[in-house]
Amino acid sequence: MSFLDYAPAPESTSILALRSDYGLFIDGDFVDGSGTPFASISPATEKQITMISTADASDVDRAVAAARRAYDTTWSTMSGRDRGKYLFRIARLVQERARELAVAESLDNGKPIKESRDVDVPLVAAWFFYYAGWADKLDYAGLGPNPRALGVAAQVIPWNFPLLMLAWKIAPALAAGNTVVLKPAETTSLTALLFAEILQQADLPAGVVNIVTGAGSTGEALVNHPDVNKVAFTGSTAVGRAIARSVAGTDKKVTLELGGKAANIVFDDAPIDQAIEGIVNGIFFNQGHVCCAGSRLLVQENIHDEVVDRLKQRLSTLRLGDPLDKNTDIGAINSREQLDRIRELSDIGEQEGADRWTANCAIPENGFWFAPTIFTNVSTSHRIARDEVFGPVLSVLTFRTPAEAIAKANNTPYGLSAGIWSDKGSRVLAVADKLRAGVIWANTFNRFDPASPFGGFKESGYGREGGRHGLAAYLSPTRTGSASGTDSTSSPDSSSSARKKAAK
Amino acid sequence: MSRLAIPKTYKLYIGGKFPRSESGRVYEVTSADGTFLANAAKASRKDARDAVVAARSAFSGWSGATAYNRGQVLYRIAELLEGRRAQFIAEIIESEGASPADAMAQVDDAIDSWVWYAGWADKYVQATGGANPVSGPYFNISVPEPTGVVAIVAPQGTGQGTGQQAAGSLLGLVNVVAPALVSGNTVVVIANEAAPLAAISLSEVLATSDVPGGVINILTGSPAEMAPWLASHADVNAIDLAGAGALDWVDLQIAAAETLMRVLPPEPGVPAASLDRISFFTETKTVWHTKGLI
Repeated sequence: MSFLDYAPAPESTSILALRSDYGLFIDGDFVDGSGTPFASISPATEKQITMISTADASDVDRAVAAARRAYDTTWSTMSGRDRGKYLFRIARLVQERARELAVAESLDNGKPIKESRDVDVPLVAAWFFYYAGWADKLDYAGLGPNPRALGVAAQVIPWNFPLLMLAWKIAPALAAGNTVVLKPAETTSLTALLFAEILQQADLPAGVVNIVTGAGSTGEALVNHPDVNKVAFTGSTAVGRAIARSVAGTDKKVTLELGGKAANIVFDDAPIDQAIEGIVNGIFFNQGHVCCAGSRLLVQENIHDEVVDRLKQRLSTLRLGDPLDKNTDIGAINSREQLDRIRELSDIGEQEGADRWTANCAIPENGFWFAPTIFTNVSTSHRIARDEVFGPVLSVLTFRTPAEAIAKANNTPYGLSAGIWSDKGSRVLAVADKLRAGVIWANTFNRFDPASPFGGFKESGYGREGGRHGLAAYLSPTRTGSASGTDSTSSPDSSSSARKKAAK
Repeated sequence: MSRLAIPKTYKLYIGGKFPRSESGRVYEVTSADGTFLANAAKASRKDARDAVVAARSAFSGWSGATAYNRGQVLYRIAELLEGRRAQFIAEIIESEGASPADAMAQVDDAIDSWVWYAGWADKYVQATGGANPVSGPYFNISVPEPTGVVAIVAPQGTGQGTGQQAAGSLLGLVNVVAPALVSGNTVVVIANEAAPLAAISLSEVLATSDVPGGVINILTGSPAEMAPWLASHADVNAIDLAGAGALDWVDLQIAAAETLMRVLPPEPGVPAASLDRISFFTETKTVWHTKGLI
């Protein structure tokens, strides 16, 4: 036993009081779904956790109707102050039940408990706390006085940060005065259903938030429902495209937060210890199931060997295993399907000529696991440098000049995030200006905050979540088609009459 | 004996040059009462693609210019337009059948709109971006940046005939082009098909202004023919369907979904000048930087 081997320190699941099956949460109550229920399993053990209902089109219809009713009769007529109070209540309840939520999340999703406990759940509470304060200050959201809610929001979220993505969607929607029908990802519905219990404890009016579980067809029915006014989606670019197509010609407002293939650029003057930690955090945080993961490492050529050696050393110390163990760094891959995809793309990486290195760590017998992996000798045309792997796989490329780094970083249809490591402030700012990505982390990576807008350029989607921008995505100005500041030339008549005098 | 007039050959404006359509095609532009005015170039798919290439090449320079500089360049356009008021008024009277007073008002509004938008170039960032108070030792700032290459279908129609909205062949164009330019986007615009003369004359103003070649590219011809190629072009980042109301614009939006192109739907008449039209063609970039512990 080396100094790196710790005794097991698993978080107890006794804090959970899970039911053997969960219904849909519609109009304030749990109801049975009309589709065939499915099992939710722990990806670390493949053991069943509970049974989850499937909402079919008729269930979605009921949920949207409940949301519409709640919007018309309750939520849109309530004062912003009171809406805010409900959101503050929710934030506090999340804090109170934080440990339970963290355990449930790690059990259901497979992510290490230290991440769900220290990142996901605290951010969930922060998100509700932040947007709670906005609810009675909408006049300052940047859309002019008395901005209006959009109505019913259809929200579809992914499996990588189940409860956090729920918070990103629901908090701003409710603060702005919308009501919500949310569909969690098929493999990670559990914390959304626990959240529904929190809403009951908060005494949130029935129908303001409805949660429908199921697979892709449930989401499709929700997004395409004619009575929703807003569609918010986080997930794959392929599904994002389908949604953009399906809303064409409708009045639905859309925000899409899709895939990424972020460059993490390390210059030779970077603070190397921090950079190594940042690279590890950038791609191995949450098993690499992060849309903004720093999956393409661009290292200045003269420090390539040093960086790669130190990375390998560092990765050799990561502990892979039981997500509920407090010492675990790398948890389970969320599903067999995702594991297959990571394996397939990694095999293609080898076939295309890149050099594969995998950390030597014991893989548990059951469950879905993928050891941290680095590819060197990667060229820009390789699939592992182009496709989103969404797993703990890092592709290393090199550059010589800042211009080359920028060109390579931008050489992707995605544009979600990027990282820069350098001790030279002027270089950091100049490079940040040139990167076509929505979030740039300089000398840090994978930071999230409710006050900070997040979202992509190009095929990483459109719209922002977080901050005032994220709030505005759920509002429309009172005057149609224009924001504040249209006074001077907005009407052809008004200014022309003044001009006629000047005309000869 | 009166002097025999010299008619102008109206051409496309791509990359700062005035090419004819590579297709060799022209179409007849007539006045409101049907009198022949000119043969305008009928741009093809290839012309549209050439225009996108020109716009992409110009993007780095235009978006990289200082906001103050972009503001001055846009203001310069207004100065030059002011000097050519008479020409534009005459063209609008001829091609739209507008009264002299209405034509004058349209030209004046178009010039004022340029001035209004020019003034936004060094202000919209402050109005729509900001510093973010995150929970940690980080400098964190959000700024809007130009989306990239923007394709635009300018407002269509001459106001003549039943159900026709007065699109304002100059004002309609200015109020869709100027807001996209403010933040540093480059533009490929399909002019008013029935009344393209003002657009082509505007390109002459642009060519003698300080706008770098390729920043604004003006195509005349059929929006129905060209818009699908622009909506499905992988190097176009956003499309403004302002004047596409009479086209199969839902199909254009569906085509644009393939590359997650940003789509602004059709609007009747002339779009109002607004900060929204500037913001729509921007992307918010958030930069985090660590703060040291001292």
